[in-house]
Amino acid sequence: MLSIIFYLPSTHLKSSLPDWLQKYGMVLGLDLQGGVHLVYEVDGDKAVDITIERIAASITNTFNDKKIEARAEKKGADIIVSPDNDMVKKTISEQFPNLSLDSTSEGRIVYKLDDKEIKRIKDSSIDQALETIRNRVDEFGVAEPTIHTQSGNEIVIQLPGIKDTKRAIDLVGKTAILEFKLLDDESPVAAQLPGSILPSEAPKIMEQFGAQIPEGDELLFGRNLNKETGVETLTVYLMKKQSLLTGEFLTEARVNIDQRYNEPYVSITFDATGARLFEQLTANNVKKRLAIILDNNVYSAPVIQEKIGGGNAQISGSFGMQEAKDLAIVLRSGSLPAPLKMLQNVTVGPSLGRDSINAGVKAGIVAALLVIVFMIVYYKVSGLIADFAMVLNILYLVGVLSAVGATLTLPGIAGIILAIGMAVDSNVLMFERMREELRLGKTPRAAIDSGYDKAFWTIFDSHVTTLIVAIVLFQFGTGPIKGFAVTLGVGVFINLFTALIGTKTVFDVISSRTEMKKLSI
Amino acid sequence: MEILKNTKIDFMGKMYYALAITAVLSAIGLLTVVQISRGTANLGIDFAGGTAVQIKFNQRVPLQDVRHALTQGGITDFELQDLPGENKVLINAKKGEAHIGDLSKKMISALSQKYSESSMVVDSSTEIGPKVGKKLRTDALWAVIAAIIGILIYITFRFQFRFGIGATVATFHDVLAVLAVFYMLGKEINLIIVSALLMIAGYSLTDTVVVFDRIRENLKTRLKKSTVEVINESINEVLSRTLITSLTTFFSAAALFMFGGEVIHDFAFAIMLGIIVGTYSSIFVASPIVLLLGKDKVLAKK
Repeated sequence: MLSIIFYLPSTHLKSSLPDWLQKYGMVLGLDLQGGVHLVYEVDGDKAVDITIERIAASITNTFNDKKIEARAEKKGADIIVSPDNDMVKKTISEQFPNLSLDSTSEGRIVYKLDDKEIKRIKDSSIDQALETIRNRVDEFGVAEPTIHTQSGNEIVIQLPGIKDTKRAIDLVGKTAILEFKLLDDESPVAAQLPGSILPSEAPKIMEQFGAQIPEGDELLFGRNLNKETGVETLTVYLMKKQSLLTGEFLTEARVNIDQRYNEPYVSITFDATGARLFEQLTANNVKKRLAIILDNNVYSAPVIQEKIGGGNAQISGSFGMQEAKDLAIVLRSGSLPAPLKMLQNVTVGPSLGRDSINAGVKAGIVAALLVIVFMIVYYKVSGLIADFAMVLNILYLVGVLSAVGATLTLPGIAGIILAIGMAVDSNVLMFERMREELRLGKTPRAAIDSGYDKAFWTIFDSHVTTLIVAIVLFQFGTGPIKGFAVTLGVGVFINLFTALIGTKTVFDVISSRTEMKKLSI
Repeated sequence: MEILKNTKIDFMGKMYYALAITAVLSAIGLLTVVQISRGTANLGIDFAGGTAVQIKFNQRVPLQDVRHALTQGGITDFELQDLPGENKVLINAKKGEAHIGDLSKKMISALSQKYSESSMVVDSSTEIGPKVGKKLRTDALWAVIAAIIGILIYITFRFQFRFGIGATVATFHDVLAVLAVFYMLGKEINLIIVSALLMIAGYSLTDTVVVFDRIRENLKTRLKKSTVEVINESINEVLSRTLITSLTTFFSAAALFMFGGEVIHDFAFAIMLGIIVGTYSSIFVASPIVLLLGKDKVLAKK
């Protein structure tokens, strides 16, 4: 009875049930309700790389603020500062205590990050990535997401029941490093660059101009999509490598609609520091072009008309409403400390799960019918009792799984169906013993008792061994397999209960009410 | 109704034939394990790494059309599998892609060039990097080893050590035999099959325990008879039970095999095989080992 009550929330009757009951019921696994299971690796080395780059930029900024004629540049894992003088050294040791002086040569000072600091950056990059992904998933709105780390630097994300899986993956995996860089239109190389190319031509361009790119500059591309023809092209930009401002100073990102063209754009707001930097940068570079770059893709490169105060900027590009919304989400939730590397992506559509459940139910009914009929034919009334125990068994199994809110997976369903066949095993053991006892000439009553007694330890041993397997499966298995382990494990206990107590009680009741002359077995 | 009554089959007399079969099956099974560890067996993408996409069409679609559409989309190195009756096609590309996330997208977009959105649904897509595949492979191996050690400990605790050896060898044999059949049929070995193998280990053991229990009980009471006789009698006594439960569990597995859907199809097949070899091994593998390892009197004592 209890089993049925606890199972009810698993069915479509859920909404009409009282509140206290609704929190029970089995949860469908990803393989049954659809969704995505992603495993990402956080690239700790890359996070360190990005930090070093940022520190180098920040050192140069400090020099500029203090009107010191010096510059810092990242080279591999080092930061190279020139020229070599006491003023420079003093500034760095005061402002950047995490850097240690490695060597000096030819007027250049080489700094390195402390090992402790490197470890800290790596560790925190995982926490930070986890936090950022949580924020993004929250904003995206998924019913019951699971997000956790595994074996050190991996992040596991499970988003059950989502329909637009592609969008979710894009949203979660986007590094979202926003940068503002100046275009280097003065270089003669810039004039030689082709205006727009096809994506397949990008490597050729890189090769062609690679050697000519001035020091401290880089080539970046901007994607354009022609909405009418669907053709994608790239615009080539030559720009200064140093990023003048990044998304870390961002406080807000919202989608607005451009009244004139009726196109969405993302408006961003900087905090006080960011606003000051932005004002400075625009004031110093009027009439130059400023590129707005997200993950190395140039969104736009407008000409700075005048100094911009107030800390507001716009990111426009040829994107649709959905894309603009997602861009705002990733900007708001902050950038990932390093690009994520996808290790695993399992996407299940909702229809597959439905098909699987239907197939499972069908197989279950067929299995139950086969077993029931066979047992009655072979063991007559005793077989009927065993069938009754089997049905109880499955009912309890489903009930317990519902009551503890276990996750039902496809292998889990298979486990339940196999349990139908195995549930009668204990009874078969006893019945065969009883038949032997009867053959020895014992009365039905005595045969039942000694049959039970002799079969007990056998049944016990066989259940313990199955339990060992269930525990191992639970320990080593992932997702769907864990579901199988749970059904198997719970099944063992319930089977032991129904076989040893359930069936025995029925036999006892029958034999105590009537003086049995013959045992129908 | 009774199918078997008072059988008197000389099981132990046939044990050398049986041991020969066992040896062959186990050898092929071991070969399969070697092939798996070398990565040359037909491993599922969860172990080998790669991409699998399952598409459901609204009508029957010729495989060569699908192949053509994919090749035109610039995809090479893939296998197609038809799941007839359900209008489903499984695309498998077992190549450890360095950059995950692109291939399945490419496959789907290549197909949507040819088939309209209403005529096909992406049932599932799975992409697994080589690193994860390797980890899952080691995990699966440890799971099998842990299960077998756990079982050995329990049986040794409940019976004598030689029973433990017998049960463990029999269990190992069953796992290897099912693997061997999968290998010979060229069927895919994946994570779900490994859980089937563990399940088979558990099932086979249950069966072995039942036989051992009876042997132990009879060794205590029938002191005058030789161990061979006692073992033969014991097996004959439990034969009926062994076959009946094998049969009911087999019914369940067969129902799964026929109606359970494509994901569970091979799993059910493995279980069916496991039930057959599990029953065989309790009689023809586990018991002979106990016999070979023990001298009459020593066995009878405990």
